[in-house]
Amino acid sequence: MADKLLGYEEAIKKYDPTFGIEVHVELATKTKMFCPAPNPAYDNNLENLTHPNTMLTPVSLGLPGALPVLNKQAVEYAIKIGLALNCEIAEKSVFSRKNYFYPDMTKNFQTSQYDLPTCINGYVDVELDDGEVFRVDIERAHLEEDAGKNNHVGGAEGRIQGADHSLVDYNRAGVPLIEIVTRPVFNTGKRAPEVAAAYVRTLRDIFKAIGVSNAQMERGNVRADVNLSLAPAGSGKLGTRTETKNVNSFSAIEAAAKYEIRRQGAVLDSGADVFQETRMWHEASNDTSSGRPKSDADDYRYFPEPDLMPLYISREKVEEVRATLPELPQAKRNRLKEEYGFKPLEMRDVINAEALNIIEDTVKKGATPQGARKWWMNEALEESRKAWNEGQEPTITPDQIAAMDKLVQEGKINDKIARQVLDAMIQGEGDDPAKIVADKGLEVVNDDGALIAAIQEAFAKMPKAKTDIAGGNQGAAGPIIGMVMKATGGQADGKRVRELILEEAAK
Amino acid sequence: MDNKEIIRLTALELSRKIEGGELTSRQVTDAFIERIEQVEPQVHAFIVTTFDEARKTADEIDKKRQDGEKLHPLAGVPIAIKDVVVTKGIQTTAGSKMLEGWIPPYDASLVVKIKEIGMPILGKTNMDEFAMGSSTEHSAYGKTCNPWDLDRIPGGSGGGSAAAVAAFEAPLAIGTDTGGSIRQPAAVTGTVGAKPTYGYVSRYGLVALSSSLDQAGPCSRTVIDSALLQDVIQGPDYHDSTSQLSSEVTAENSNYQAALEGLRIGSENDGLKGVKVGVVKQMQEGFAPEVFARFQEEIEALEEKGAEIIEVDCPHFEYALGAYYLIMPSEASSNLARFDGMRYGQRVDGASSDEMMANTRGAMFGEEVKRRILLGTYALSAGYYDAYYGSAQKVRTLIQKDFAEAFAKVDFIATPTAPTVAFKFGEKIDDPLAMYMNDIATIPANLAGIPGLSLPSGLAEEGLPAGIQILVPAKSDDKMYKFAAAIEAMTDKLPEPKGLEK
Repeated sequence: MADKLLGYEEAIKKYDPTFGIEVHVELATKTKMFCPAPNPAYDNNLENLTHPNTMLTPVSLGLPGALPVLNKQAVEYAIKIGLALNCEIAEKSVFSRKNYFYPDMTKNFQTSQYDLPTCINGYVDVELDDGEVFRVDIERAHLEEDAGKNNHVGGAEGRIQGADHSLVDYNRAGVPLIEIVTRPVFNTGKRAPEVAAAYVRTLRDIFKAIGVSNAQMERGNVRADVNLSLAPAGSGKLGTRTETKNVNSFSAIEAAAKYEIRRQGAVLDSGADVFQETRMWHEASNDTSSGRPKSDADDYRYFPEPDLMPLYISREKVEEVRATLPELPQAKRNRLKEEYGFKPLEMRDVINAEALNIIEDTVKKGATPQGARKWWMNEALEESRKAWNEGQEPTITPDQIAAMDKLVQEGKINDKIARQVLDAMIQGEGDDPAKIVADKGLEVVNDDGALIAAIQEAFAKMPKAKTDIAGGNQGAAGPIIGMVMKATGGQADGKRVRELILEEAAK
Repeated sequence: MDNKEIIRLTALELSRKIEGGELTSRQVTDAFIERIEQVEPQVHAFIVTTFDEARKTADEIDKKRQDGEKLHPLAGVPIAIKDVVVTKGIQTTAGSKMLEGWIPPYDASLVVKIKEIGMPILGKTNMDEFAMGSSTEHSAYGKTCNPWDLDRIPGGSGGGSAAAVAAFEAPLAIGTDTGGSIRQPAAVTGTVGAKPTYGYVSRYGLVALSSSLDQAGPCSRTVIDSALLQDVIQGPDYHDSTSQLSSEVTAENSNYQAALEGLRIGSENDGLKGVKVGVVKQMQEGFAPEVFARFQEEIEALEEKGAEIIEVDCPHFEYALGAYYLIMPSEASSNLARFDGMRYGQRVDGASSDEMMANTRGAMFGEEVKRRILLGTYALSAGYYDAYYGSAQKVRTLIQKDFAEAFAKVDFIATPTAPTVAFKFGEKIDDPLAMYMNDIATIPANLAGIPGLSLPSGLAEEGLPAGIQILVPAKSDDKMYKFAAAIEAMTDKLPEPKGLEK
């Protein structure tokens, strides 16, 4: 049965939304959290090359007698994330056991930090499209291990309903995770869904920048659960929340938050109470459905993991890790916007297209900022840009774009030719822009004699233009330029043509 | 030398005779195999035997020795291993039906060490299911009988290892001790058993009962044999984060050297002069009269040798048993959660995974295991955690403090090991509290993480053996072996167990 929904504007008028987000990020360590089994999150291509239940040791399979040993790299990544999120790094943190039975859990308890997490009390500033900034407070970021995956066979969409049997793949069991929990986010009003999505995106950018995760949402490297509640507008109260799971893209986070605001609004409008529960987001139908009831009193019988010693992190270690932190995305954005002189709208497009890093790289390789921006924002290069962002080999590289842009700057080719060169490279006709230009004879016509001949020919056809130009009407040069370009097959340097026209007209 | 004589040699004697070429490892191994075949129908110390593998190892060692390779003194000396220790390619059940038929794909770290030096493994010994019990009656594979009286329990949980050593089925065995499972069986079978300092022997590959209490250790017929075996299995291990306390065994810190020194000072007239011996004020009651009399005689003998006897006050010992029965079941309830029929061991099908797990656990766990899982699950529950698990951890700290204050005054503490001699089968099986009382003297060492050793103190009620327990501060295992060996040297040797034919 479809949920009753209130109009979004109406819901926001009547109710104040409060949300909180739990983000799980898979750390790209070489091995798992507690054993030397290879970590599928180290390289997203690894998973495709591996059979189910092969990335295992007695520890990750939870065999009798197996004991955990903490991954040092995972701890360093936790510190990195904590510092990037402005958290305090606890001197002492403790792993606990979260006890519950589930087939994808090899030990039927999850080893996770509980009351003493490694990172506490942080914040992150989230900038929306129009430049408005919201601060999201972070309560904690803790280390834990991932579970395996259940695959339900025989039902629709791999769901458990209607399945006739299930298979479990434990390759993911023991993958190191950091769970980042926000404090409740108030006072974002109707922008709550946008802030929620932008927050996760901000985290994702940070994870990438500091190199702790492959951070691909679609691969499950970053997963978000959205908690949301409504309270009567202006009441300052907190309503009953729901937790929406399975929201695996930025747009889905925004849509799921919007959906819950509309759905809960309709529930409250009807005089009923919101039922505290876990809900599942369905990408295909753009709605959520009721999952299992979730009570705050779920009893996981936490107790300190006796197989691990408490984790002590020295202040020296924190400083050591801090020194390895690169410039964070927000700071980089502000700096490059200034350095490159991009207009606010240009910058927003670059950010939305996730093109800033590739532009920076291309500029470093010799391109002009505007040149690099123009090319990488070109639709023809979208695929290459994405591949580069994901660490794969792109069809067109920043080196090639930089080389091409240099040819433009040197006046050897113009934009129109550059586009032809680009097409040739995409078609696989060559890698080196200069060589393509030479091979195809695409270089702009620099021979003044040939240009002057073409200009004189054009003047002969349009004598009035010549007198107009000589009389100071520069606009009359347009048609002449067009005729010259046509005569030279588009390979003339427009700037030089204009100069020569002015000279010739004055003669 | 005939097989009857060979099996009565200590591990140290076997080691010397094999090293000296007087015996081959194969001869020795075959002698024990013959003995096992002869007495197992009466004792039932083993769940499985691995004779082919044992003979293969023995032959390899003999070959290496012929080739002049430098070998460990215990190379070629056979051993039995408690079935709670994971052995690659050999069924490991921990005494439970749950794991029937489970063939592990890896070796426990201590097994790796035993295999590295080439000790033939005779088989896996019987035990209370998941090491929960003091009588080995809770095994899913039948009871083990005490070689001193076949109608009586061999102690537990490691009754199989102790009985095997007492019945000359093996010169050495591995046990594990969470609350007394090495020491109490040693006491009631007239053998020696030691629980090392927590963290000295890697727990990697021990099917966990209570992670913060479990510790593997040696079982033997003499103190020096246990010292030799602990030297083999102790040492830091990358696979166990809690093994960091231990250090590599060297000639200087070896337990073997310490035991040799103990044998010397125990035989000399004034060798124990000035040694301060602690007797716990709170451990003067609750022991069977003759068991306590044998203990008193040891104390008097020590005094005669010049030792100073000092009463130490350990006021928190009275809470030890209560704390233990909160911590151990709590950790066990979590450690045993993995036995759900999903990945290994037995499975009882159900309509859903939840049902399958419940069916499997319902059918495959024994009563005592279920009792402790229930206790532990309750103790860890929200709202009860602080009152139960939390308080128990505080008691633990207080017991450590008691020991610390005592050891500031004395070199070692002595207590009787078990409250009685071996009791009869069925006597306490329906009375869990009476059963739990068996560990009253051994539990404090586990809670404090300190080492403890039991050795025979003589014969008590019904002519059955009793034990004396030696306790020393953490990381002083060598001292424990020194004092135990000294007491052994001044104590009359026990006769052979009377329950078996020669």
